[in-house]
Amino acid sequence: MKRRQFLKTSVAAGSGIYFGFLPGCQGNEQTKTRKLKELSRRLVEARSEAIRDKKGKLIGDEVGKLLSRAMENFFGESGAQKCWRQLFTPEDVVGIKINCLAGRGMSTHRELVDAIVEGVKSAGVPEKNIIIWDRANRDLKKAGYRIQTNRNKLKIYGTDQVGYSRRLYEYGEAGSFLSNILVEQCTAIVNVPILKDHGIVGLTNALKNFFGAIHNPNKYHDFSGDPYIADVNMFSEIRQKTRLTVTDALTAQFEGGPPFMPQWAWNFNGILLGMDRVALDAFAWKLIDEKRKTSGLPTLKEAGREPTYIRTAADESHRLGMDDLSKIELIQV
Amino acid sequence: MRNIISRREFLRASAGFSGACLGSSLIFSGELAFAGTKKDDIFRREARYYEKLPNRRIKCKLCPRECVIDDQETGYCGARENHDGKYYTLVYGRAVSANVDPIEKKPLFHFLPGTTAFSIATAGCNVLCKFCQNWEISQARPDQIRSYKLFPKDVARYAKNAGTESIAYTYNEPVIFTEYVEDCAEAGHEQGVRSVMITNGYIQAEPMRDLCRVLDAVKIDLKAFTEDFYRKIVAGKLKPVLDTLTLLKSENEWTEIVYLVIPTLNDQAADLKKMCHWIYNELGPDVPLHFSRFYPIYRLKNLPPTPLATLEKARNIALDAGLHYAYIGNVPGNEGENTYCPNCKKIIIRRIGYQILENNLDSKGRCKFCKTSIPGVWH
Ligand code: SF4
Repeated sequence: MKRRQFLKTSVAAGSGIYFGFLPGCQGNEQTKTRKLKELSRRLVEARSEAIRDKKGKLIGDEVGKLLSRAMENFFGESGAQKCWRQLFTPEDVVGIKINCLAGRGMSTHRELVDAIVEGVKSAGVPEKNIIIWDRANRDLKKAGYRIQTNRNKLKIYGTDQVGYSRRLYEYGEAGSFLSNILVEQCTAIVNVPILKDHGIVGLTNALKNFFGAIHNPNKYHDFSGDPYIADVNMFSEIRQKTRLTVTDALTAQFEGGPPFMPQWAWNFNGILLGMDRVALDAFAWKLIDEKRKTSGLPTLKEAGREPTYIRTAADESHRLGMDDLSKIELIQV
Repeated sequence: MRNIISRREFLRASAGFSGACLGSSLIFSGELAFAGTKKDDIFRREARYYEKLPNRRIKCKLCPRECVIDDQETGYCGARENHDGKYYTLVYGRAVSANVDPIEKKPLFHFLPGTTAFSIATAGCNVLCKFCQNWEISQARPDQIRSYKLFPKDVARYAKNAGTESIAYTYNEPVIFTEYVEDCAEAGHEQGVRSVMITNGYIQAEPMRDLCRVLDAVKIDLKAFTEDFYRKIVAGKLKPVLDTLTLLKSENEWTEIVYLVIPTLNDQAADLKKMCHWIYNELGPDVPLHFSRFYPIYRLKNLPPTPLATLEKARNIALDAGLHYAYIGNVPGNEGENTYCPNCKKIIIRRIGYQILENNLDSKGRCKFCKTSIPGVWH
């Protein structure tokens, strides 16, 4: 760990915020709750120059090491396997929700996804019970993923392979069918968004990534996605199954998103990891704004696309997490 | 109503679509299922109303939303997509429903009464009404719904063979498939079949003017008379709809208005009065106005059906404001279903539901009793 920045520790504890659960955590209910509260106010930013070779290409092993380091720091354990075991049991079917809309240049990197697959496997989840997924096979292919549907192997496919729920999920202003991968197939989700600017809603990261799990995201970009993005994240299947978010910020984009615009892409060479999607988004906002400022661009607010949905996600009627970074324990490694 | 495509024809029309089925319900394809996305390209046509922006962005100029859309993204309606800076409709020839309906069902009461309309829909809509009756198709995207391959010439042929007098663009919002509407209407006219559009009127002036060239009648859903309702319940705006109504008047397009009366949300007498006076002043007394009964559905399941008394009150407000043709809809057998002569007050057309029981118009479209001319399209 390079620096441990413990900003303030009171927090979300006792506020009724729902953060998921730790099925593999040892101890009684009290211990588990304490552990959850501790984790829910923690966020890891892990970066390393070593993840690229001289030509700038990602090195899979190094990305794996970076992820392990992030996990160990997040859980306060040594040995990544112990951490993964707290999140998943061998009975789980784990969906890794990636983001492929922008094609090869700006989609969740395969190197990171492979490292997550290894981590989930280390918790005893058989490979055939892991599904890498996004909205459509077409998007996955564009991002370089090969569709795999063999029942005895790791699976990679889009919602168009299996369709959407028959039930309409509703909360606040949002009403959507959800991907059957999420509803019918998975018991747990690892959310793996991209750190990216978004031309309408400001930025896309942990919360917005679940627009790729609903059938009608086109309806929910008005008013910078506020309150729709927060409302979608309130759907029970999303709230209860999402156990971890790992933001792919190996290459990030600070302007011109969501499509890939190489002129505004930057090698952040890092990942963000946590259980609180609101905190992750609030931190992502800070990072994007800092980068925009140093690049001579207006902040997201000045550009007229402040991601206010992040605040809404933290408000009394949502309580999806903590948007006040001063109350988040940020661990930078 | 009957489904008019034979099983064999349907199977041919939908060849290549997995999971397609023939049902007998109004919208037999109204469930989310996947329809051979590999074939999506055959329904793709360059859109007619848009502007190119830097960085492969586009601005859609079809409806008042003016969506600005990045490469690879769809617009709000879900039926239009940006590919490499070029904008495409995804639903050209991609019908999700095809039925023969009585024209009274649209409802159009002053347009060829007693005839039928070949009625088609696609997926998608440019608003998000919380009370949508057809939300399973209107709020879905084309690749999520079972589809017919039904290009304009096929539509015209089916309409002609089914003995219908018109093609109706209906169920979902036809504004979002305007290119398809224009071409179907032209193909229909070549076969002697007219075209009517059942729409929310949420469209820009240029495409609406273009549509007027090929349409024979328009029914506008005026969903409320306050911007607040449009913002909260429809996710749209009232003003552009009113602009469309005045444009239709200036284009001499036969127009009827439907107002779905939703308890507590748009049933205030003061707003109804304001609306009726606006219609009288801006459009004249002869525009038929249908007050339709609401039934709880979609996101408004918590509200009761509209009480009959509310509908009758609304109709009286319209008549008091000087409108000649105020109707009550979705209440079969109610006297508000009939057309009355504004002069002699006798019943000109007696209806029950979608059925015509009596028609007292003469061959010139006049009241048989007092010879008052009744506005409409009668032949
Ligand atoms: S037609 Fe569709 S894409 Fe075009 S402005 Fe309207 S909602 Fe947006």
